[in-house]
Amino acid sequence: MSQTTTENWVKPYGDTMNDGRVQLSFTLPVALDENAKEAARQLALEMGLDEPAVVHAEDMGQGFSFYVLYGQCKHRVDLSRIKVAKPEFETLDKDAINALIADKMGRKMVFLGACIETDAHTVGIDAIMNMKGYNGHKGLESYHEVRAINMGAQVDSEELVARAIEEQADVILVSQVVTQKNIHLDNLTRLSDLLEAEGIRDRVILVVGGPRISHELAKELGYDAGFGTKSYAEDVASFAINEWIKRNGT
Amino acid sequence: MTQLNLDQGQIDRARESARRIAHRVFDDMSQFTTTTVERATLRLMGVDGVDDNQIPLPNRLVAHLQEQSLLPHGAAAVVAGAMDEHGLTAQQVAEAVAAGKLVLAAPKNDKTARKSAEAIAAKMCDHIATQRTVRAQQIEKVGEAHTPWLYLIVATGNIFEDIVQARAAAEQGADIVAVIRSTGQSLLDYVPYGATTEGFGGTYATQENFRLMRAALDEVGAKIGRYIRLTNYCSGLCMPEIAAMGAMERLDMMLNDSMYGIIFRDINMKRTFIDQFFSRMVNAYAGIIINTGEDNYLTTADAFDAAHTVLASQLINEQFAYISGLKPDQMGLGHAFEINPDLENGFLWEVAHAQLVRQVFPEACLKYMPPTKHMTGNVFKGHIQDALFNVVSTLTGQNIHLLGMMTEAIHTPFIQDRFLAIQNAKYVFGTMRDLHEEVEFRAGGRIESRAQEVLAETVGILAEIEKIGLPAAIGRGTFADISRTMDGGKGLDGVIAKAADYYNPFPDLMLAGAN
Repeated sequence: MSQTTTENWVKPYGDTMNDGRVQLSFTLPVALDENAKEAARQLALEMGLDEPAVVHAEDMGQGFSFYVLYGQCKHRVDLSRIKVAKPEFETLDKDAINALIADKMGRKMVFLGACIETDAHTVGIDAIMNMKGYNGHKGLESYHEVRAINMGAQVDSEELVARAIEEQADVILVSQVVTQKNIHLDNLTRLSDLLEAEGIRDRVILVVGGPRISHELAKELGYDAGFGTKSYAEDVASFAINEWIKRNGT
Repeated sequence: MTQLNLDQGQIDRARESARRIAHRVFDDMSQFTTTTVERATLRLMGVDGVDDNQIPLPNRLVAHLQEQSLLPHGAAAVVAGAMDEHGLTAQQVAEAVAAGKLVLAAPKNDKTARKSAEAIAAKMCDHIATQRTVRAQQIEKVGEAHTPWLYLIVATGNIFEDIVQARAAAEQGADIVAVIRSTGQSLLDYVPYGATTEGFGGTYATQENFRLMRAALDEVGAKIGRYIRLTNYCSGLCMPEIAAMGAMERLDMMLNDSMYGIIFRDINMKRTFIDQFFSRMVNAYAGIIINTGEDNYLTTADAFDAAHTVLASQLINEQFAYISGLKPDQMGLGHAFEINPDLENGFLWEVAHAQLVRQVFPEACLKYMPPTKHMTGNVFKGHIQDALFNVVSTLTGQNIHLLGMMTEAIHTPFIQDRFLAIQNAKYVFGTMRDLHEEVEFRAGGRIESRAQEVLAETVGILAEIEKIGLPAAIGRGTFADISRTMDGGKGLDGVIAKAADYYNPFPDLMLAGAN
């Protein structure tokens, strides 16, 4: 880094600056006794907590026990050195997005959405795509400059890519809700590989959304953007038209 | 608790509409069978196992019958005829067909073949009736919990890990253990085989997994002095087969909705209507409590605005259930606590909706579902949302209480999430045990007015559905704001028009014996 920045160290705050106080809870796969309780305390020490205190311990049956602990975090981080990747665009409202699409593209922007592979949870994709939207934010179907095609749940990557070619999609929007054993990573990689193989990766804006998705993760997986919770249709659409303009230089 | 003042005339009108709606669908669908109904029939006749490529033999046999154009006559008599002719068991017939050593033909003597099929079916019905008796004896012997029953989910993907967690859950206070299926199983057009240890977001429903979990729950139930009910998912493309497997292995509850697959899994409408009839018939005979899925509507539609669609769907589900021989106490009609927590007086509307459902279905084994849609990563707030849900459940006398998890929006529950959820529910149920006897609804008050409003809307929407028919209503997105068509969706290729001489021995035996 060429520029010097002022250091800005932070650590958790309980009731006094820099006391580092945190709480945590976990289960140990052993029945509760004094040794197990001490093991919980020592684990907290290993995690970097000073003066850990087990404030609650309870047997759960079947050889499991539950602990609540407080301690003082030894570590601190320098906020001034942190730069989290996020898609760089300004979120516009629906009218501004429609106007921008009409002006720059001169046609409707085509969004193709799906929950891919084994994922059966359409809550996310529906919130972004469907007319109704979510939490008072209308979905892409309600944008008159957008053609929104929602393929629904458990769509094979092959099927999605074929449809993208057929519909000449500008944007592919995939939702991944189920993340157990990181299955979403396999699914997402598979789709982006397939788009590469079909030679259309550069022609589409590839976006992923889901409660466990971050923009950083999306970039790592070769996607153009990632959207987590509290993202709405206007966020996705603003990014998409912004990205389209960037690529097409108009 | 003093009951809400509701117009019984309106309730009767709504129920009459729902009855006509369901019967019309049933009459239209009775000319069809499906590949999975026939596979279930074969399973009930003793066909099980897989070939070298892990394809289940019921699938191989039904595919063969289709190739020979025999399926429209029903699998039962053809296979029974082959058994008589070659001196084989149903399993041996399936193995011979799969090995390419036997080609099936129409039975030489149809009457004898039917008699044989009926005898085999009667034997299976005896087995299932025995399982029903065993359940009753076990409950008699070890006892059972007061309602609301605490319903917990395990979903590790590995049946052996599920067993560890289920036993822990039962020890902590769970009354019902549901094993969530691997994501995607609902769209498999076959049922996997054997004990399974790899699943995503859940564990495959297989007959062996059913058997393993049943044995584990019987054991822990005997230890803790409470019969633990086992639940699985009788939905998707193999509803009838899952029902057959569950009946054989003494499951106690099955998720089994008449429309869920159509709406949420985009399974073809005809396929679902036909399959739900057969699967519910098996569940009815086996003494299994079905759980319907109206709670799901509120994950896509708004819980306040769409409250009447829940009640309308419950009434339709009830009528489909009657057609299949289910009794009211086997009907786990579903609803949910899903109103946006930011809505002022939202808790009052939750009480109104839950009490309304309780009064419209006084004998049903109602299933009440916890908040999911408005759960966030704020687990502390989530724990409170779950506590309020627990209050409504005990106050309005719900029967099956699916425990809310504070980590609902984050991951499949940790063992400690379940532990804390059970503590939460037990605390609320204990400390408010008799509250419902001590408070009254104010006549003409907010809660009563809201319930009356939802009931009136329900009467209206059912009259509308009756006018256009259920398929058209689903086409309009009446339920969950999702629209489906009669010929769309997955599994239509498995819908088979019955020949004039179609035969299946189970409806006669099971519908008559459900009592």
